[in-house]
Order: sequence, then structure tokens, then C-alpha cells
Amino acid sequence: MKIVLCIKQVPDTSDIKWTEHNTIQREGVESIINPYDVYAVETALRIKKSCADVELTALSMGPLQAEDMLKKVVALGVDNGALITDKKFAGADTYATGKTLAAAIKTVVPDFDMIICGQFAIDGDTAQTGPSIANHLNLPQITFVKDIVECRDDSITVTRQADDGIETVKAKLPVLLCVLQGFEEPSRARINGIRRAQKTEIKKYSLADIGLNPEDVGLKGSPTYVSKAFRPVIEHKCEKIFACADTAELVHTKIKEYLAGADERK
Amino acid sequence: MSENKGILLYAEVTRDKYIHTVFFELAAKAFELSKKLENCEISALLITPPADMGLYKDGFKNSGIDKVYVFQDEKFKNYDTEIYSKIAVDLVNEIKPEIMLVGATAQGRDLAPRISSSLHTGLTADCTDLDINEKGRLAATRPTFGGQLMATILCKNFPQMATVRPKVFKPLAENVVRNTEIIYKTASDTITGMTSKVELIDFVKTIQNEINELDSAEIIIAGGRGIATEEGFNLLRQLAEKLGGTVAASRAVVDSGIASKDIQIGQTGKTVRPKLYIACGISGAIQHIVGMKDSEKIIAINVDENAPIFSVADLGIVADAYKILPEIINLCNS
Repeated sequence: MKIVLCIKQVPDTSDIKWTEHNTIQREGVESIINPYDVYAVETALRIKKSCADVELTALSMGPLQAEDMLKKVVALGVDNGALITDKKFAGADTYATGKTLAAAIKTVVPDFDMIICGQFAIDGDTAQTGPSIANHLNLPQITFVKDIVECRDDSITVTRQADDGIETVKAKLPVLLCVLQGFEEPSRARINGIRRAQKTEIKKYSLADIGLNPEDVGLKGSPTYVSKAFRPVIEHKCEKIFACADTAELVHTKIKEYLAGADERK
Repeated sequence: MSENKGILLYAEVTRDKYIHTVFFELAAKAFELSKKLENCEISALLITPPADMGLYKDGFKNSGIDKVYVFQDEKFKNYDTEIYSKIAVDLVNEIKPEIMLVGATAQGRDLAPRISSSLHTGLTADCTDLDINEKGRLAATRPTFGGQLMATILCKNFPQMATVRPKVFKPLAENVVRNTEIIYKTASDTITGMTSKVELIDFVKTIQNEINELDSAEIIIAGGRGIATEEGFNLLRQLAEKLGGTVAASRAVVDSGIASKDIQIGQTGKTVRPKLYIACGISGAIQHIVGMKDSEKIIAINVDENAPIFSVADLGIVADAYKILPEIINLCNS
């Protein structure tokens, strides 16, 4: 069984710094593997453990520095890494990204059985790239996947989070999964994994290699564009009180006052 | 000038056979946007088994909708990504709306990117504001980078698509009476010939209310890193019980496993606007604030007087929530 993992390098959003022009400072910000993609990798590693003849290929669209991230997942037990990299890919929205990754998957692993993505990326947080890839490959998709119930040669059964509960669904392969955060502790690389990663070549694919045209990809191939970006402004007038003996009483009174006020406005 | 006109809304039906509340919030926003557009009709797409149509028919009255396009078939009992997407794509190609809006529910987030991708158009996810710019285009604003940056996004193609989470917009305050026309459509042979490639085997309901208790809660007692223990959450539950409120949590608490994902407030959780929000031990990362800042009144309790949560609070208490909560609970008893 051949499984493709789509992973992405993202800036650590818990560590955003601002330039004096109110734009995000990109230099010197640490890049990490998107946390949801860690669970995509975990899910794939678990399938590999429980089934025979599973080959995992991690694929990432990004700048050359993303090679390190691909090496790291190879160290965890992923078999191959492929970096889809070209200056012309810059500025892609989820439509163009889906199209690019779909073309890359067809080039790198044309006989895939399954594609696994993280449900969200913490930078854009759109949850759209997975479904967009599935659509460009005309594949069924299962989003918000919580756990793998059973994986067979020709089908997979998983649980998924719906708004009102947990669904168990089964799909014939090939299929694309978007996985949510799991609760298990993610794997750590072992020494022989790290050695193997050092020896594994991360293959690189450019726009020409995946058979698309410059107008299909990047900013040119994106139907959407950012017209402006700004920092959120939040205004509120806060009455700040430092705790003393009767603070609890004040809070209690204010709760009653606020709730009474709300009822009056009704 | 484009021939695309009007706004199309996806009317999601829940497993409990309701039109999802987010639809009425989208309808209210569409009504506001339509005033800034020429000849703008608002229509809805409803996909349902024929037996349930009676339940939904009257639901569209007074919601400002001009037309409801209904696709009925026995096979529409369970949602299916590819079949529903094909129906929507065919309808868009027929009626050519300039804007299409979908609720950012689990179903909407699964469906909308399939539709936009098939139509080779753009989709802006989880918008917190929608407006029409001076050129008559949809300006969709959304938080990005964990809510630390807001971006206004425009779309070059039609329809301009966006998803919006429940509770971000308010439903219409007053009824808008329209002569809502219900149009029964026949699904094409292509659609009736499609079979589900993903089969629903089992469903376990984990949220008892129609959607989630937090969506309708008028009082929310939320806990963060500063009170992220079983003991701390017991205090929150006690206060919630006294006040008739519901307990919620910040992402840090959910990630640590103390609280379940269902009750997470913020950018990657729920957006709420209760009458009263009491934030206990929550520092107020912007990711959290975007999910609760529109609450009518906010009380924040935090030991750190510089915690950003105080910037959105009406009343800020610089105190240890572990110490002050038992006192407040006691006062509620007396």
C-alpha cells in the first residue's frame, strides 16, 4: 500500500514578532512542522506498523529549507521525502496549492492508495487544502478524522468528529484523509532512523517536473488575494480591581447587575 | 460587467432535522450585503430526503430569502461530500450567483472547498466580517496566524465564496417578510447515478443539544492555564451551576487534556457571544479573544495584572482564581 503524506512547514504562531510597519516579521522566526501534520505522520506510521507492505512518502510544497523537516519525518520512519519547490509557487492560495499538490502526487507517487493531510495548518488555518487536493484528484475525502479503526488492502474504516458526535465511516481506497489532533505522544526519532534519514535523498521537483504551467500556480494561479492585512484592534473599557477582602462580594454584585441589565435590554 | 448576480446560501440541515442556526445568521448578513448590490436576490440551497421537506418548508419564512432551491431524493438521508458538492456546482452553474456563503460547520468545512475547487474559484474560510467594497466585490475579512493578523481577501472569479462560523453574525433582529418561492429541482441523471464512496457505519451522539450547549449559553464560565486542574474545573462547574451557566475552556486547557475539545473557545474552537463571560485564569491570547470578545459583558480574573484578557474585560479582577472562586460560590449560596 502506498501512502502519501502532505506536510507543511509553518512559522511558530505562538512566537510572532511585528515589524514597525505592522507586518509579520518573517526573518528569525522559527519554522516548525505544522502540528496537525505531526498527527498525519503519526497516523501513517501506525498504519505502517499494523499492515504489511506499506510505503510512506512525505511530500511538501515549500522553500528549500523545508528539506530539514522532510528529513526529520524520514527519521521517524517515513520511507521517502519529496520537496515540491519553485519560486513560481509563491503566493499560492488553497485552490492553487491543492492543484499543485495534486499534480505533484500524480508525478511522485502515481499509484498511491491513500493521502493523509493534517486537518488544519496553524498559519492559515483554513482546513481547505486537503479537500482541494481530493477534488483535483477526483477522490473521496474523509475530514476531521479522529482515529483509524481498521485498515485493509482495499478499504479503511475511521472515526471522525462531526458537530454533534462521532461518526464511524468506511471508504474504499484510494481516499484522502484529513486528521485531527490525536492524544498520543508523538514518536521520537531513534538513532537508526536518524542515520537512515542522513542517507536518504530528498528528491526535488520543480514546476516543469510536475507538468503544470506558470499561470496555474502561485499568486497567478490563485483566485484569491489579500487586499489588506492589519492587526486586530480590540477596544473595551476595563475597570481593574486588585484583590482585597471584599472583592468577591463586588464580583458577585457585578454578576447580578450585568445579568439584570441584559434582561432589561431584552 | 459580470453576468453573475445574487447571493446563494447553503442551508445545512442537522441530523436532528433542523435548519442549522448558522443559516439564519448568513441570511441576515446576505440581506445587509444585498442592499449594496444591484438586483441582488438571495437564494438558498436545501438538500433533503422528500419525507423531511415538510419540516423545513416554513423555516424560510421571514428570513429574507427570495428563493429556495430544493433537491429531494431518498439517497440524501446522509450527507455525502461528492454528491452534495456536485449538486451545488450544477446549481451555481445554472443560477450564476456572484456570492456563495456556507456555514463553517464540520459539514460546511468539508463541503465548501470541494465546491470552490470544482468551480475554479476562491474560498475564504472562517470570515469574521463580510462587506461589499467600492467596486462591488466581496471583501472577506478573517483572522490568520492564530488570530494575530487580520486579512481582507478579495476573489477574482465568481462566485466569490466564503465560510462563516456559527455565532459570528447575528440573525435578523426583525422578520423580513418576503414572498419566498420554493423551487423543486430534479437532480440530474449524473447525480442520481452517483453512489456514496464513503459509507456511514455508525454514529454516537456526544453532544446532547441540537448543536452545542455553548452556542445557546447565556452565561459562560471559562477556565485557562491558571486554573487547569481537576480541582480548578470543579470550581468552575460549581459556579456555573449556581449561575445557570456553562463551562468552557481555553486551548491550553484542552491541549493538556483537562477539558474536551467540544468546549474550547477561540480561533480553533468556538465563537460565543453570551450575556456574561467570566474568564478565570485565562491570559487572553488573541486566539482566545477572537472567540469571546463580542460577549455582552466580560469579567476577567487573573493573577497577572498585565494579562491581555483585561483589555477586553468590563471588569478585571487581579486575583488568584483558586482563592476568589470559592468565595463567589459561597456568596451565591447566601
